[in-house]
Amino acid sequence: MSKLRPQKEYEKTFAFHFFRWLSGSKDPYLGEVEMKPQKETETAKATILERMNEKEMIRDKVYDVENNKKLAVFHKIYVIMAILFCIILAGLLLYTVSYLPRTGNPSNPDNNMVSRRYIENGLQETGSLNIVSGMILTYRAFDTFGETNVLFIATCCVMILLMVDDAILKKQETVNDRQFEPQNDAILKGTAFVLCPIIFIFGIYIILNGHLSPGGGFSGGAVLGAGLILYVNAYGFKKTQKFFNEHVYKTAKITALCMYGIIGSYFYILGANGIENHIPLGIPGHILSGGIILPIDICVGLEVACTMYAFYALFRRGGL
Amino acid sequence: MTLFQCILMGFLIVCAISVSFSRNLLNSILIYMSYSLIMSIIWVCLQSPDLAITEAAVGAGVTSILFFSTLKKIHAIQIEKEKSDQKEDEGIE
Repeated sequence: MSKLRPQKEYEKTFAFHFFRWLSGSKDPYLGEVEMKPQKETETAKATILERMNEKEMIRDKVYDVENNKKLAVFHKIYVIMAILFCIILAGLLLYTVSYLPRTGNPSNPDNNMVSRRYIENGLQETGSLNIVSGMILTYRAFDTFGETNVLFIATCCVMILLMVDDAILKKQETVNDRQFEPQNDAILKGTAFVLCPIIFIFGIYIILNGHLSPGGGFSGGAVLGAGLILYVNAYGFKKTQKFFNEHVYKTAKITALCMYGIIGSYFYILGANGIENHIPLGIPGHILSGGIILPIDICVGLEVACTMYAFYALFRRGGL
Repeated sequence: MTLFQCILMGFLIVCAISVSFSRNLLNSILIYMSYSLIMSIIWVCLQSPDLAITEAAVGAGVTSILFFSTLKKIHAIQIEKEKSDQKEDEGIE
């Protein structure tokens, strides 16, 4: 709101209308469109029973296999055709497999200059001992960025479909606060007490050592997410919300994706134009080495861990 | 080593076939879980530990948990405890 103009004059401007529309403080349809509140319809139990009876009668008439001979013939043919189709499909696939080249043959088409370049110059150019993570995060960083975006969009879709309004959730919790959580299970709690720290540390280890040892952002993030799910199951949503609520989730996820985008685009632009890269590669084998691999691994790990936990929380409860 | 892998492959085929033939949805999810676990051991034998970690975390862990919660949502899993809880709720309301 502008301080220079009086309130009444400001309300006439376009900016006021735009920001009112953006914040959604005024319902544009309220008072301008003729609307009637919906009434709750009640159907008597007798009519429901009648309808169910009708349904069953129709089903009996249509699927009357004993009298309807056409249907019986169709069912037999259907079963035979299904089995034939399965056999033919399996045969075709096995027939194709016999034409595939043997694994380990030096003249195979996959044994070309691309893989040779990765194997021979990978360590020198990316600075990571783990050649797989060096390959997918530097030579093929664009693909991995697309995959991370897919994860982001998938959680957005699940949120749109399964998110329940906060007010409704709170109402349900006051009625039955143990609805979404298991009963106080001593075995589960004891197991989680021992296992959760180990799983978390293992996940963080996999993420941070992505360029040195097997693993990387995706696997480490999946382990972290699985650990979070175990924690939620043992201790309930209320305790988890103390350190992982919707605010933390949104901040972590969007920051990770944006950081990945910034680092990635810096790398693509330099690589595509043949400009010298200013991120030091470090000594291979050290924890601070590998150029852009370590920060990107952390970003991917955060993204995946948030996605895994959000999927579970949305499926189970309808909110984070 | 090859004998061990052959046994694992046999388990894999048995699991894959029995998933489609089991009538109980809960059973088929459990079999699917064990399928993923065997698959992750096979990945280790094939010298790709990256995939083994991911398979164990995603295939055997998260995916089957999501299946479980979905089954609970559509009331395909019925536990006696739940039934008694529901009765109590109905009585209160």
